[in-house]
Amino acid sequence: MQAVLRGILLQRANEPGALLPILHDVQDALGFIPSTLVPEIALAMNLSRAEVHGVVTYYHHFRDHAPGRHVVQICRAEACKSMGADALMAHAEQRLGCQQHATSADGAFTLEPVYCLGLCASSPAMMWGDELHARMTPQRFDALMAEAGSAA
Amino acid sequence: MSTTTVYVPRDSAALAAGADRVARELAAQAALRDLDVKIIRNGSRGVFWLEPMVEVVTTKGRVAYGPVAPEDVAGLLDAGVLTGAAHPLCHGLTEQMPYLARQERLTFARMGITDPLSLADYQAHEGFAGLKQALAMSGDEIIASVTQSGLRGRGGAAFPAGIKWKTVAGTAAAQKYIVCNADEGDSGTYSDRMTMEGDPFMLIEGMTIAAIATGATIGYVYVRSEYPHAVATLTQAVQLATDAGFLGPDILGSGKAFTLIVRKAAGSYVCGEETAMLESLEGKRGIVRAKPPLPAISGLFGQPTVINNVITFASVPIILARGAAFYAGYGMGRSKGTLPIQLAGNIKHGGLVEKAFGVTLRELLYDYGAGSASGRPIKAVQVGGPLGAYLPESQWDLPLDYEAYAAVGAVVGHGGIVVHDDTADLSQLARYAMEFCAIESCGKCTPCRIGSTRGVEVIDRIHGNPQTRPQQVKLLRDLCDTMLHGSLCAMGGMTPYPVLSALNHYPQDFGLATPHTEAA
Repeated sequence: MQAVLRGILLQRANEPGALLPILHDVQDALGFIPSTLVPEIALAMNLSRAEVHGVVTYYHHFRDHAPGRHVVQICRAEACKSMGADALMAHAEQRLGCQQHATSADGAFTLEPVYCLGLCASSPAMMWGDELHARMTPQRFDALMAEAGSAA
Repeated sequence: MSTTTVYVPRDSAALAAGADRVARELAAQAALRDLDVKIIRNGSRGVFWLEPMVEVVTTKGRVAYGPVAPEDVAGLLDAGVLTGAAHPLCHGLTEQMPYLARQERLTFARMGITDPLSLADYQAHEGFAGLKQALAMSGDEIIASVTQSGLRGRGGAAFPAGIKWKTVAGTAAAQKYIVCNADEGDSGTYSDRMTMEGDPFMLIEGMTIAAIATGATIGYVYVRSEYPHAVATLTQAVQLATDAGFLGPDILGSGKAFTLIVRKAAGSYVCGEETAMLESLEGKRGIVRAKPPLPAISGLFGQPTVINNVITFASVPIILARGAAFYAGYGMGRSKGTLPIQLAGNIKHGGLVEKAFGVTLRELLYDYGAGSASGRPIKAVQVGGPLGAYLPESQWDLPLDYEAYAAVGAVVGHGGIVVHDDTADLSQLARYAMEFCAIESCGKCTPCRIGSTRGVEVIDRIHGNPQTRPQQVKLLRDLCDTMLHGSLCAMGGMTPYPVLSALNHYPQDFGLATPHTEAA
């Protein structure tokens, strides 16, 4: 973990305002930003630990703990709401066995709300891992779950 | 046997509908049948209900088929679509599809037609003509041209682009910056995403022209993390443009330098506010700055900075290539040119409609959108994102024009149009507007930070005891007044737009018997 961070810090050292790119790199590599890495990031950036912690916790995209094996993001914004996003979210909560912002007990799924994926003409939309899905229905959600189940 | 070219879009909306699987199946089926097919991954035409929309190049032109599922591919090939044969999924020549033929595509002229990462394709379709013009002009002349075109900020604030550029050009500094706000967080908007995924060189060209005009040498594009494909495509495009000399230390041998950096945001809506975005680019929490100083004088890292939205920059190349008068010949009043309008939500034919200002919502909803997706009556239309007003049918004949909308308490914003049918509860949408503001507020000013939470509570109480309802409605109006006038930026300052428009036009949804006669 430390080695990964050092590589990132070395690469980004000369970029102005590099904190967000660094945090992105860390999260891309490790899946989250462990709080144990904050002091070293702060030291390298000549910032206080509070400043780095503040940035990590301010932005919705950054996580300070490991997510489930599958991250499921369902859009909650207006265009998706107009096509049944609330019902889709309720269905997902029930099927995944966890609420929004939470991970299922078996560690398989993390369910997150997202505010717009830019697929507003094909709503409701969601992202399953890195894959975008438009015109979602509860049936299609179940099909994705079945696929994930057989792949796991 | 000659090669047949087939286009399968790579736009996120096409990918979300299975375009990658269609492309794979097409390649596999073509190989199986020994057909010579060249697949090009283009941007989207913006006809999203037909995505994935596959186009076949024939002697008559490009023929469209859609929406194509992977399991349709074999049947399509059997029917002979490689020669443009008829098929239930066929829509004829793409250029003649009524949805596209009736548009005025200036900015989106290449969208869906070219391979987004082909510099040759871009240049074959008027690409870099604007940049070449600009390189032969002085900075003042470029700025005068942009000013005369009437181009106003397409992100929502509609500030004249030329005047902003002039301020930056006139401010002496060792380093100036061009920043593109690609933090397109408004629900119902996707024209920035389409540009970055479908025609990224256009954005690069527009920013480069701004750099030459103002003397800036470094630029940033701040792209949402929710747009991974846009980030990837734009990053590749910047590299290709740099390698080919359209960016870098010596743009096309002119001796002028411009370096462009793509920065990924991190899921904060308020970072679409320009000063919060600057904070974020500087590596801080996205907290709104007080203005003045204007970013044009003291912006990124305290230096003069041009900040414009993706579509603003993307509109610049054609203005330089064809002249200010050409662009200003479109539109009405002080709203010049065209706007890539985005039809979204509960609409049958959702998609990108670029039209000159002056088009009405009714035309957009019915002539283009073909009514609601559910088939039910349309009840409310939110224009301009989550901070835009809900417009009832009585306002659907207003011309799309910044001033005409402002006169009724609405905003054109970034041109996103979200349609709701008659099952929508506007009081719940008003509550959601407050809830969203509470989630996304940066927390710097009190009206936004506290007001949004109180707003959710007051709307809940309106639904509670009918006895106290009038009193709670009064409280909600007072609260909205405080947020409107007391917030530091548009986040808190415009959240009352959807709330008040819902309350004024749909009082029955709040349990109020008599329609409110107060003007919106």
